[in-house]
Parts: sequence; C-alpha cells; structure tokens
Amino acid sequence: MQRLEGLSKLSGVERYLDDEPLEGPLKGCLWGMTVRSPASRGKIRSVSYDPAFDWSQFVVVEPCDIPGPNETYLIENDQPVLAPGYVRHMHEPVALIAHPDRALLRRAVASVKVEIEPDPPVLDFRVAPRPDQIQRGNDNIIKKLQIKKGDVHAAFARAHRIIEGEYETGGQEHVYIENNAMSAWIEDGPNGDVVVVRGSMQCPYYVLNALKHALKRDESRVRVIQAPTGGGFGGKEDYPSTIALHCALLALKARRPVKIIYDRSEDMAATPKRHPSLVRHKTAVDKNGKLLAQYIEVILDGGAYVTLSPVVLSRGIIHAAGPYSCDNVLIEGKAVLTNSVPYGAFRGFGAPQTIFACERHMDRIAHALGLDPLEVRRINLIKDGQTTSTQQTISDGTDRHALLDAALRASEYDRHKRESAAFNASHPYLRRGIGLSTVLHGAGFTGNGEVYLNSKVDVGATPDGKIEVLAASTEMGQGTNTAFTKIAADAAGFVPSDVVIGTPDTFRVPNSGPTVASRTVMVVGKLIERAIDDLASQLGQNGKPLRGPVLKAAITQWHAANPGKELKGRATYAPPPNVKFDDKNYVGDAYATFAWGVCIAHVEVDLRTASVRLLDFTSMQDIGKVINPVLAKGQVQGGVVQAIGWALSEDIKFKDGGMLNNTLTNYIIPTSDDVPPIRVVFHETPYRFGGGGAKGVGELPMDGPAPAILNAVANATCAQAMSIPLTPERLLPLLPA
Amino acid sequence: MQHQAGNISKTGRSATIPIRFNLNGQKVEIAVDPTERLLDTLRYRLNLPGTKEGCGEGECGACSVIIDGLPANSCLVPTFQVRNRIVRTIESIPASSLQPMLETGATQCGACTPGVVVTANWIKENSGVLASHSMRALMAGNLCRCTGYDGIIDGLEKWLGRDGGRS
Amino acid sequence: MNVLMPTSLSEACAFCAKQPDLIPLAGATDLLVHWPIHPAEHDKSYLDLSHVQELRTIGWASGTLTLGALATYWDVLQDGRAKSEFPLLLEAARQVGAIQIQSRGTWAGNIANGSPAADGVPVLMAYDASVTLTSAGGSRSVPLHEYYTGYRKSVRRPDELISAISMPIRKYDFSVFHKVGARRAQAITKIGVAITRESEAPSLGEGVGGRENFHPWRVVANSVSATVKRCTAVEQLLQSNSPVRKPEDFLPALASDVSPIDDIRSTADYRRTVLARLLYHSLRNVAPAVT
Repeated sequence: MQRLEGLSKLSGVERYLDDEPLEGPLKGCLWGMTVRSPASRGKIRSVSYDPAFDWSQFVVVEPCDIPGPNETYLIENDQPVLAPGYVRHMHEPVALIAHPDRALLRRAVASVKVEIEPDPPVLDFRVAPRPDQIQRGNDNIIKKLQIKKGDVHAAFARAHRIIEGEYETGGQEHVYIENNAMSAWIEDGPNGDVVVVRGSMQCPYYVLNALKHALKRDESRVRVIQAPTGGGFGGKEDYPSTIALHCALLALKARRPVKIIYDRSEDMAATPKRHPSLVRHKTAVDKNGKLLAQYIEVILDGGAYVTLSPVVLSRGIIHAAGPYSCDNVLIEGKAVLTNSVPYGAFRGFGAPQTIFACERHMDRIAHALGLDPLEVRRINLIKDGQTTSTQQTISDGTDRHALLDAALRASEYDRHKRESAAFNASHPYLRRGIGLSTVLHGAGFTGNGEVYLNSKVDVGATPDGKIEVLAASTEMGQGTNTAFTKIAADAAGFVPSDVVIGTPDTFRVPNSGPTVASRTVMVVGKLIERAIDDLASQLGQNGKPLRGPVLKAAITQWHAANPGKELKGRATYAPPPNVKFDDKNYVGDAYATFAWGVCIAHVEVDLRTASVRLLDFTSMQDIGKVINPVLAKGQVQGGVVQAIGWALSEDIKFKDGGMLNNTLTNYIIPTSDDVPPIRVVFHETPYRFGGGGAKGVGELPMDGPAPAILNAVANATCAQAMSIPLTPERLLPLLPA
Repeated sequence: MQHQAGNISKTGRSATIPIRFNLNGQKVEIAVDPTERLLDTLRYRLNLPGTKEGCGEGECGACSVIIDGLPANSCLVPTFQVRNRIVRTIESIPASSLQPMLETGATQCGACTPGVVVTANWIKENSGVLASHSMRALMAGNLCRCTGYDGIIDGLEKWLGRDGGRS
Repeated sequence: MNVLMPTSLSEACAFCAKQPDLIPLAGATDLLVHWPIHPAEHDKSYLDLSHVQELRTIGWASGTLTLGALATYWDVLQDGRAKSEFPLLLEAARQVGAIQIQSRGTWAGNIANGSPAADGVPVLMAYDASVTLTSAGGSRSVPLHEYYTGYRKSVRRPDELISAISMPIRKYDFSVFHKVGARRAQAITKIGVAITRESEAPSLGEGVGGRENFHPWRVVANSVSATVKRCTAVEQLLQSNSPVRKPEDFLPALASDVSPIDDIRSTADYRRTVLARLLYHSLRNVAPAVT
C-alpha cells in the first residue's frame, strides 16, 4: 500500500498550517511573535517598548494576561508560559506581540528591550553547582534513578579485569523542515466561547491539557486540531503546548485569529533539543570478555526546566546496559538543571545516549583484552530465558545471534574488513575501517506508562459502510495514516479505500496517548484492531464477530435501521498478560517488548583533514511484523542518517547557554552527498500484542549508528574517540601524526 | 529605469515596483514591495503555497523554484529581480507524473518534498547534467530530515527509467 | 527600501556616481540570507545589476578569459573551454553551495562580498586574475591579490562597480584546489587552498610591464586570514627548493602568510594543521623539494 498523502505531498498540494489561505476561521488573522530573554538567568528589571511605534495598534500579552496559573502543564508544572519576572534560560519567552503586518511586527519585536539583572547561570552540567547557582532543591537535581541487580561490588572484587570509560554525547536539534506553526481562534460553543488551536504537533492531548490548565477552561471550551505536520522527531512532543498557549493568549486578547510561525533561527534557538549526556562505565570482565559486572553512571543535562527529563532519564538508564546478559548491574542516573534551553524529547529518548556509551565501551573492552569486538558481543548477547538489568526475562523468540550473523552477511563485513586492511597498507593518507553495534529498544511507554496513559481508540462506522479510525495519533511523516489504514483494513476484512483516518481533533477523537515512543503502530494499532472487534461484535449474531463484505453490509443495514445515529466500536488499553513493573525499585518488565538491531558502519578517515566519510552502512533490525516495507525502510534510513549527523557533524555551540549556531548554515546536518545508500534488512518475529504483529520502528534506527561509526573510526585509525559529535576538530588530535 | 522609494520610517512601507513575469506558463503582472522575496510573493500574494520556507538562508532548498531554466532558492531572490523572467514552481509539475517517487518513499513529512521534486524534475528534464555531476551532488541543495535520501535518490532513478539504487 | 534598476553598465555607473551608498546586487545569494529578520538592511539603497545584459558574458579573446560581472558558477561549469584551461574554476564552482546557489551566485559577487571564506576568490587568484573596476569616469584593472585591503575592505571606490574579471590563459603543469567544509556539499569553507604552477616562463613583455620576475607557483588560501590570502612565503619556499619532508615543515612559512582564528566553524589550530597537511600531500612528489 502506498503512502496515503504521498502524491499530495509530492505535488505540493498538501496544506501545512502556513499554507492555509486566511479565510474562514483565519479571516483577519494576526501574526504573533515572541519577545525573548537576552540572558540566561536573572530577574527581569524592565521590559520597555520603543515609543517610536504606535503600540495601540499592536496586541501585547504579558504574564498578567494569563487567565489561569502561569504554568505549562507537563510532568511538573515548573515551566512558565511567559517568564514571571524571572528568566532561567536565554531566549525564554517574556512577552507576546501580534499585528496584521508581519514585517512591521518583526521590527516592533526587535525594538522591545528586556533588561535582566543577572544571576550566575549554570552552563556546564558536568560541574557541581556553587551555592549561588542553586535553583532547585539543594543540588539542582531534576531526577535521580537507580537500577540494581546482583552485587556489582562483590563481582568487581574478584574480577579478571576492570575496564573503565567516560563517554559524552552532545545535544541535537531536530531540524524538522517545517518550523513550528500554530494558529488559534475563538468560536462559539454551547458552554460559552471555545478556544480552538490548530497546528503542527505530535500530541494533541498534551496541548489540550496545557490549554485547560493555564486558560482555566474545561475540555468543552478548548479544542485542539492537528494540522499536517512537517516532521517532529520528538521536537513537537512537548513544545507545541507552549506555542499553542502563546497563540491562544494573543487570540483571546485580540479576539481575532492569530498565527505564530517560527523562523528557523528562532525555532533552533528557543525550542528543546536532545539531552547532552555524560556516561561513565566501569565493567568487570573475564578473559573471554564475558560481562561479570556493569557499573554505569548516567548524567543528563536537563536544561532550565523539568519538561520530560525524568522520563528521558528513565529510558536512558534502562537501555544503558545494552542488549546483554550480565548478573551484576548497578546503574545510577541523574538529570540536572542548567540554564540552557530546556531539553526534551528526541527520537530515541535517552537511549541513543546511553547505548552510545555502552557500545563504544564494548569495543574498548575488546580492545583492552585483545579480542574481536564481534566475539565480545557474541558471548554477551542476551538469549531467551536470560534477564535484563531490570530482571526482565526476555522470551520473545528472536534469535539475536542469528540477527548478528545476518547483518554481517548483508554488510559484506568480512570482505570490507579484508579490503580495508589492504587499502590502508597502500594509501598515503586515507584509512578505512569497519565497526558495529548491537542494540535494543523498548517499544511503547516505559514500565507502567501505558497503563497510566489508558489509551482509547474509537472506530466509527459510517452510513456508506466505511470505517473511520478515530485516534489521537498524528501523522508527521512516519506514516501513521497509511499504517493505520492497513491495520484497520486487515482487521475488518475491508479494502484500504473503505477506511478513513479521522483528523486528530480533541472534539472528535479520544485520547490515544501521545505519538511518541515507537508506540503508535504497536500499541494504538492494536487498539484499532480491538475497536474493530468491538464494532463487529456489536453487529454480530450471538457475539460472533463479522468480517469483510458481511460486516460492510451489517453496517449499512444498521444505519438504515437507525438513521442519524452513531455507530462506534471502542477499545481501551489493557497490558499484555504477565507484564509487571515495580517503578519504585525499577524491577520487572520495563517494556512489554523490545525491538533489536545491529548496525555496521564502514568508514574512510582522511588523515589530512580528520574528516570521516561513510562508505557503507547496514542497519538490521527485528521490529516484529513489517506493516509497510517502503515506510519501514524509510524510517530506518532516515533514523540512520539523523544519527550519522549526531555522530559526526551536528554540534550545538553555546554562548551563555544560548545556541550560537542556530542556522542551517552553521548547524550541519547531512546532505544527500554526505551519506551512502543505507542497507536495511528486516528480520520479522511477529509480536502478538502489537498492531498487525508489529513492534515499534521509529526510534531503534537512531540508537546504533553513532557507536558503530566511532568503532569503525577506531578500527581505521586506532583513534579511540569517546565523545560525539566527532567533528574533524575533535578527531585531529587523536589521530596518528 | 529608476525606482525611487518613499521615505522609510519604522512603520513605513516603500513604494511598490510594478513587474511582469511568466509564472508556470501564465503572464503575471503585479506591483511588489522591494523587500519582498520571491518565496513570499509566491506563497502569500499569488496563492501558490507549494513552495515552502525551510530556512530563509538558501541552505535547505525547500523553496526551490526554476528561474529561466535553472533551480534557485526563492528565499534568496528579491521578487523585482524576476521581472521579464520565466519562473516555474512545484505547481507546474503534474501529480500524475510523480508515481515513481511515491513508490520508493521519496516523501515522508513532505515539508522538503516540493523543493526536492522541483530539483529532481529539473534533473530529469536536463539529464545530460548527470554526465558531469552525481545525482547525490545535484540533490545536495535539498535537505531532508526524514528519508535519509535513499527514497529520493531511488525515486529519481526510477523516474529516469533506470534501475533503482541498491537500497 | 530604494532600488535602482539599470539596464546598461553606463546607466549603472551614473547611478553610482550620484549615490555612493548604493549596494550592488547581482545573484543576491549573500545579501538575502535571513532577509526578513534583518529589517535594517531593508532601509538601505540597492543597485540591481541583474538585468544589465552586457555583464552576462564569458569571453575568450586575446589570450584572456573574461568573466562578466554577472557570470555565475553554473555558467563556468557549462563552459567546455574553461574546463580544459582553468579546471580549478570548475572545481571551486561545483563546491559552492549547491545547484540552487551555483545557478545564481556570481564570481564578481563572491569578490565583492569580501568574505575570507569565499570559494571563488582563491582559484581566481591562483590564476592571476585581475578585477576590472568601472565608474562613470572609466575603467581600471587591479590584480585580485591586491584588491583586498582588510576584512571585507577593498580598493573599490563607492562610485565603482566590478564589471569583469579577467585571467591570462597560461600553461599550467600542476593545479589543485582543496575545500574543507563541515560536509561534502553546501558547506562554508573552514579551510581552503588553491595551488597552480605555470609550466613555462612567458616571454618578456607579456601583459602590462612584462614579467621579469617569473615565478611559477601561486598558493592561495581562504578562511585563514582576514581576507583570502596569497601565501607568498609558501610560494618562495617552493621556489627556493628547501627540503620539505613533513607537513610541519610548511608551518614557518605559513606563520608569516596566514593568521587563522577560532570561530563558530573551526579552530585556529585545526586550520593551521590541516593547511600544512594539504600543502604537503598535494605537493609531495610534485614540487621537487617536497618529499
């Protein structure tokens, strides 16, 4: 089945928010913009508006205009909607201005002067804060978590070898090509006026909750509609709540529709990024490289507010020990507050950071013991019946050793290895090498997350005998609509054209949870199947569900008998049997299931310039059943290339906690000329509790490339790089002269 | 020909410049503000929002159009410069011709896609350039964050009637 | 915003004579970057040269290649003769931005914009290019390596326009251009170098004032000084035949030629080290003393 929106996107017909004509609800629309903090921490002494402008012509919103609490509703409500007299990061929103003329608005916003009485900011998360830098509790720690299995200390005491390492990863900007875009207007409703927000987002219900909280309204007076979304990657998980509130506040004050479209430089400077990390490994091994004990310390830079850091940390530490079996594990994690832009969700959600450290460390263990990195993985890869660091027994039927072998074959590992050695012996300044990583990714929300989410899906049956899927999951390029159509059509025995995907609109769709965590096809897809079962049972004789043309006929007959009435099937999440997690002690089934992957990178390093070029890349994964081969492959290739950028070139440079290189000229993502074709191989072990037998695919591809690339660089040049991005400037001093 | 603008103040607007150009085979006559970029003229004045803004700095190619037969970033073109020129946008490419790009997964989120298709279509119409430039080099002005580029490159190969890439 | 739109060079020069604050505009690929968020730029006056047809030419006459001020990178990429006579022009052109920039960006604009990271300027300089500056009062020719007087400063007077760039057609037995950016395409140069070696001494009296001090090497580096920089000390080192056995042997000469800095794109250390390595690996077994 081909991507549903494919041709309209290819031909430029798809209408993103900023493409909409200013008609209907957007008639008379104002442009909105944000006045931002020029400093990273301090008291706002004054906000002054240049008298050269006639401010009566502008709509200005300040914190006093917020009807409810000045808080962005999320895990903790510590992030203000507009800085309430105090700023905690550079570019923090201070005030909002709207005007019909965008060019004039830009000048007006640029003329507003925000004066800050500075307090000492925390700009390095690796350094313990001084007393005058404390801004949370008595240590600036946002969240602390621990995983404990066995007795690492006893194991260290009797180990053959102990190998230590310290690994760092940088932040990463999402660079969705459609910048943040949001609109808001006021409509009449049965209980009074309704604030409607429509925009580019991943999680309409996050936005809804934020609006309800800060605008002091119930859900009958706030409505959130998703517009076609030009990429998210996690970047449109939490921040759209802030922009939606900004838009809504301006619209409420102006009593006119308002549109906020970020410029690229504003989007890059002001919105959340991937958490920078520091991970320390101390590992006990025997002489064959068998892991006897893993002590892992994980520190994340949380940025200025809590946002999603506790959950990112949680996923990070659960993945920190890698896809291996080890009897003694101690993982200690913390996320700390700093005065840089808040860090938030980004594809992989903490796992790429800790997996990077784990997989680089595995190679360094091999190096220290004089073993082949491949063998060190073979000996440790988890087998069915063994347990993870949270003592979750793995028993999914995936043969991870076979997965590794298949990846080696697909990548022509042995040939590349041989040819690289010959090449290196003869070339004056180019060096080739090969490296690998073996990874896992928990699909769906962590621990009891899915139970707390309690996701719901409805399927409507229309008078013309079609099925409409009503879910809050959003299409942002990953293919939700196409995958849902296929899952629903297969479940109902319909042709895909008899399935309609309803636009995520909080007035029409139930809360199916956020579109994150590789959960959409697996978790929500399964709910679609169950909602169709429910619909079919409602129409079935004696509870015998119907399928195919019989179901279609039953739907049209029902509507003929019940004109004007609604027919819906419903489903609510229920965890798979025997999945239990103790989220106090981090013991048990951290995820209902894991997806598994192997990455193999073949690189060429230029000793003159210390630049690294990918010659070949293979990504092999078991993601359960593949729903749509083209879409799944595209997810993997895109994830790999995003990870290549993170590994080699995407380097956020900060000045006083603000992003200095907030342009696409200076923040370097790969072009088509920077990457080779990405070989993708799927291994399908169907997962019974996932939609269509699928596990998640969105995030796994991001986890493995960075360490595989650095392992390949080490293989090519002996340079043992420990941090990413491995820019040429950082690699140069590590290379042989 | 001289165009004098009026006095500029903080709230002022320059006098407009009347221009004529050919857009997707049609004659267009409009008066443009001297500060207008072709991108803005297309999107906000001529109701052709297929051309997207991705960066505003000529780096991402989402706003690619064809001017006098060559690809250009419309965010870097002052509209008055296209007077008497021939401009083609994504809207001039029929959806029906794009099936090969669909089949290989050349689009995901779609934000970069119109620019990608404009460049790819130009390569297709001027395939002689492939003698001196690789496809990946020619497409390097169109950043995509979703596909990893394989879907795009394979789609172009298919569109050109060649065998798809290895991936 | 004030825009003047001449259709001939003489009309353009007349405008410049009257209004010395005019900013010449050709491909606009530098000037329009982030245009909407730089309203101060909207208050300036511009001279749009894009419709001055006579500047669009690429001419091959009397032993010289002349690029009109509107000649783009793409124009040169399409020129078969340029490919054989001046291959480095094509090398540089194909590495400027991407096709969308190559189609509009002009060689003259690259010179006029004055960025030390300009990619067109080093190869032009390595081919001994001269800049023709034209005003209402007439034209003068300035060697490109004498054009810049400091960071984004040049000998061009406000009433003058760059009307053409010319290069003598010579025989080169070696030429190379290296651009090191943060990625393979669409990158701003972190360090670049163009090197040419003329294969035979031209006869006396060629060009203006003859060339008694014939010197075969031209080494030009970008992104390592306030301007694109001709590295005369390195040229002399190559000429002197003092032995060079490792990249570091270039450092003393480079110390007097270039002064790289740390900035948002790279570091002084990296730039210096890589420039020395590029010189060494490019010239090894090419320059007799580099082994």
